[in-house]
Amino acid sequence: MALALGGYFSSASNVFTGSLIKLQTWFSSRFVAVQDFITAPRDMASLRQRNIELEADNAELQAQVIQLQQQVGETQILAALVDFAQARPENRYQAAAVIGRDPSPFLHYVIINRGSNDGFLRGMPVVTDQGLVGRIDAVIADAARVQLITDPASNVNVRLQNAETEASLLGSVTGDVALDLIPQDFKIEIGDLALTSGLGGGYPPDLIVGQVVNVRSRDFDLFQQATIQPVVDFNHLSIVLVIVNFNPVDIGPLFPVP
Amino acid sequence: MKNLVALPVILLAVILQTSIVSRVYLLSGIADLPLVMLAAWALQEEVETAWHWAVATGLLVGFVSALPLLAPVLGYFAVVGLAQILQGRVWQAPLLAMFSVTFFGTVIASILTFVTLGLYGVTLPVGDVLGVLILPSVLLNMLLAIPVYAVMRDLARWVYPSPEVE
Repeated sequence: MALALGGYFSSASNVFTGSLIKLQTWFSSRFVAVQDFITAPRDMASLRQRNIELEADNAELQAQVIQLQQQVGETQILAALVDFAQARPENRYQAAAVIGRDPSPFLHYVIINRGSNDGFLRGMPVVTDQGLVGRIDAVIADAARVQLITDPASNVNVRLQNAETEASLLGSVTGDVALDLIPQDFKIEIGDLALTSGLGGGYPPDLIVGQVVNVRSRDFDLFQQATIQPVVDFNHLSIVLVIVNFNPVDIGPLFPVP
Repeated sequence: MKNLVALPVILLAVILQTSIVSRVYLLSGIADLPLVMLAAWALQEEVETAWHWAVATGLLVGFVSALPLLAPVLGYFAVVGLAQILQGRVWQAPLLAMFSVTFFGTVIASILTFVTLGLYGVTLPVGDVLGVLILPSVLLNMLLAIPVYAVMRDLARWVYPSPEVE
């Protein structure tokens, strides 16, 4: 005891405890390895379960993001439409969503989700914040069919802003729109704006329709023709405005019947 | 009672046509889901009510579309008539019959629409109609033909179960 307390056994003690610690370490590492081997499948299963849960959460969050992005897009469209409506206080507007297109490729019509219950009548003009879309062709209680200005049977009286002349805007089966009946003595330039003239009573005046992109003028023709790039993107129509305080005039009875 | 299954199927086809199929363009052509559906239904051997389906589909499409009512009704009658003629004559090759009816049915229905619109005062350039409208529509209808045929075959077997199955 006296020798031990005096530190004479310290080297022997160090050798002994070192061997014990090495042995302890060896046992411990082997135990942990065996424990890992036994419990690993259980952890794998719990990890897989957790992964499934996280993937489900991720999918839900992605769906929410898409939904919110859609709401932001709709809000932006609605904000632009509100700005457009506020800039023209002389008209009263009602918004409607485009819910379908005509089943026939020969015609260019869209179906909107509001009808006579909301005061819509046949002939009311339809616009977006960009410009003229068309007019209502048929109405039922909760839906209406809108004839686009690109429809082959559509005919809109327009005026060219810079040339100060009037013309007739015609649709086509391909969706292109063209100006016809432009007098030969007026000079038309590419980029001229076409606006509704209000003649004929079918549309209110000064709604933007499009821009001249091509002019065809031949000496032997009675009239010039021009191709128009519409300001409205008809392939991505989602929300439109109907001018509900415009009463179209039917001038058909004024024409003599042969 | 078996005829009543036509109502939801035709309604669904027309809703899908106006809301989705009509928005998928190839040049200026679009697929005609009710036409392909009618062709597939009329080609099923068990089916006896294809003409009723043609009337109902034509009337519904005529109501939704701005086309004169005559055009879709006549077009769908032509498709069912063509299917009835070809049914069973293209031996052991129902898909070949389906493709034939879809191809010729689409062309005939488009020509009928073209003529009807002309009678109503809407004149269309023949070259544009053929090149950018009818031919792309035919191609899109042919793409729809196989999946629609499979669905309508299953529907026909469900509505008219064969004695062996019973």
